Amino acid sequence: MKKLYSNKLHILIFLLPALILFCGVLIAPIGASAYLSLFDWDGLSEMSFVGLANYKELFTSDTIGFVRALLNSLLLAVLSVFLQLPLALALALALGKKIKGERTFLSVYFMPVLISTVVIGQLFLKIYNPSYGILNVALRAMGLDNLARAWLDKKNALGSAFIPTLWQYVGYHMLLLYAGVKSVPPELREAAMLDGATDSQVNRYIVLPYIKPIIRISVIFAVTGSLKSFDMIYVLFRQSHYIEVPSTLMIEYLFSRNRYGMGSTIAVLMIVLCFGFALLISAIFKEED
Amino acid sequence: MKNNSKGARIAIYTGLVFWMLVNLFPVYWMFTFSLKSNKEIFGENVIGLPHEWLWSNYTKALNTGKMGLYFLNSAIVATATILITLAVALLATFALTRLIWKQRKALNKFFMLGLTIPIHVSILPVYVTLRELHLLNTYWALIIPYSAFSLAMAILVCTGFMNEIPRELDESACIDGCSVWGIFFRVIVPLMKPAVATVGIYTFLQCWNELMFANIFISKSALRTLPVGVQQLSGQYTTEWGPIGAALVLATFPMLFIYIFLSKKIQDSFVAGAIKG
Repeated sequence: MKKLYSNKLHILIFLLPALILFCGVLIAPIGASAYLSLFDWDGLSEMSFVGLANYKELFTSDTIGFVRALLNSLLLAVLSVFLQLPLALALALALGKKIKGERTFLSVYFMPVLISTVVIGQLFLKIYNPSYGILNVALRAMGLDNLARAWLDKKNALGSAFIPTLWQYVGYHMLLLYAGVKSVPPELREAAMLDGATDSQVNRYIVLPYIKPIIRISVIFAVTGSLKSFDMIYVLFRQSHYIEVPSTLMIEYLFSRNRYGMGSTIAVLMIVLCFGFALLISAIFKEED
Repeated sequence: MKNNSKGARIAIYTGLVFWMLVNLFPVYWMFTFSLKSNKEIFGENVIGLPHEWLWSNYTKALNTGKMGLYFLNSAIVATATILITLAVALLATFALTRLIWKQRKALNKFFMLGLTIPIHVSILPVYVTLRELHLLNTYWALIIPYSAFSLAMAILVCTGFMNEIPRELDESACIDGCSVWGIFFRVIVPLMKPAVATVGIYTFLQCWNELMFANIFISKSALRTLPVGVQQLSGQYTTEWGPIGAALVLATFPMLFIYIFLSKKIQDSFVAGAIKG
């Protein structure tokens, strides 16, 4: 058995397809992007080495607006962590209390996760439509005409981009947190209840500490998801460009302006940011223990 | 005390029902306007069921919008991606959990980097490579990157399941004279069905909804996938809402229909895909 399982040739054959696929499509491109980010290249003519000039331009040029794009995605991350996650947690805690119709609630809340972001974006384009969209129609019907507005204009753009994202992903975070809430051993709960703890005390002192690892995962997903968000912004603001995030800028610089070096620079920064934030969040959660 | 908790329960139920309506209403509204004329959508009948059920919106979405074709394309890409991801992941997981060699822990960690790498950032190198290989505007232009990006999650889930298969099974198969391949194909793979379902569902949804690669790697309309097709159609029908609604419903409802029957399994796949990491 040991001999059978230590055969080097077998090991290689089992691993080779995964290594080729993984390195070819994920790892090598990161290296290639890092390399290309040091050049000025339009994809056709000669590449010219520019060192870190792309990085410098990216952070200093107002016309590119990378810093603004980055702030937009960070703001989306903040909104996700401080609005979306608490809502998801509240739903998960409520459903964790053996409520009637628990499964139905859960399944409906999770449903939007399965709908493609393009569909949700298109749907919200209709919902937000200034004249006929259901949102303004409803506001006017309630006599709140002064609240009705062009939801997708520059002033309201970020909030209007966040709402459909929230709508889509609350259910996802709720599901993860709910799985955690359900895994709390009943004895722990009962013991606390016997000691006279109220519902909110049980949640505060038993459930939350228990599901902390899952909260950490949720926070990481919410933050990295915001940093790499593309679909919703693209669908809602493809024409107006009222909001850019790093990924929409990257696509524009790569495929509309053919500035491969600059596009690659944005790609590299996105990887660094995603890994950086994932590590930072893990460290913060460790610190608290 | 009792009154208090009853009040709390009512408050919780109200909240839960409210959020359920928030989830359902946009989908309901989408369905109703997919069957209405602009006249009804724009004022006569904004939120009710259609007075006149305008099925011609669906004919437009299917004929002019080619939603059927895009649906098929998405299905082909998704199926191929799932098969490749599973095959590659099962092979790799066998080497990572069963076979005996030094760096297997390190390599496992290496694969897990794939969970954090955002799919978007590899787009240019992958694009250039596909162009050189003349694979742009083929299904492969999507199948290969989608498989690569599903791989980390697939290996993660498969590792969990494969570790639970008792090693005594390998031993007895070995004594019976099975080769490594015999053990893999006849003993291990048949026992991996739950992992296959989990990975399949998760991978399916990832590539079914992907927009960026599909938009850039495929410019031939005959090969477009659903998200790109929906996006395209909304550009064609800027003023007429009905056909857009119909396309949105066609892209969404088959999935929701499957979800009604497989909700538990689908939810479990998402939990497994996230929490085991």
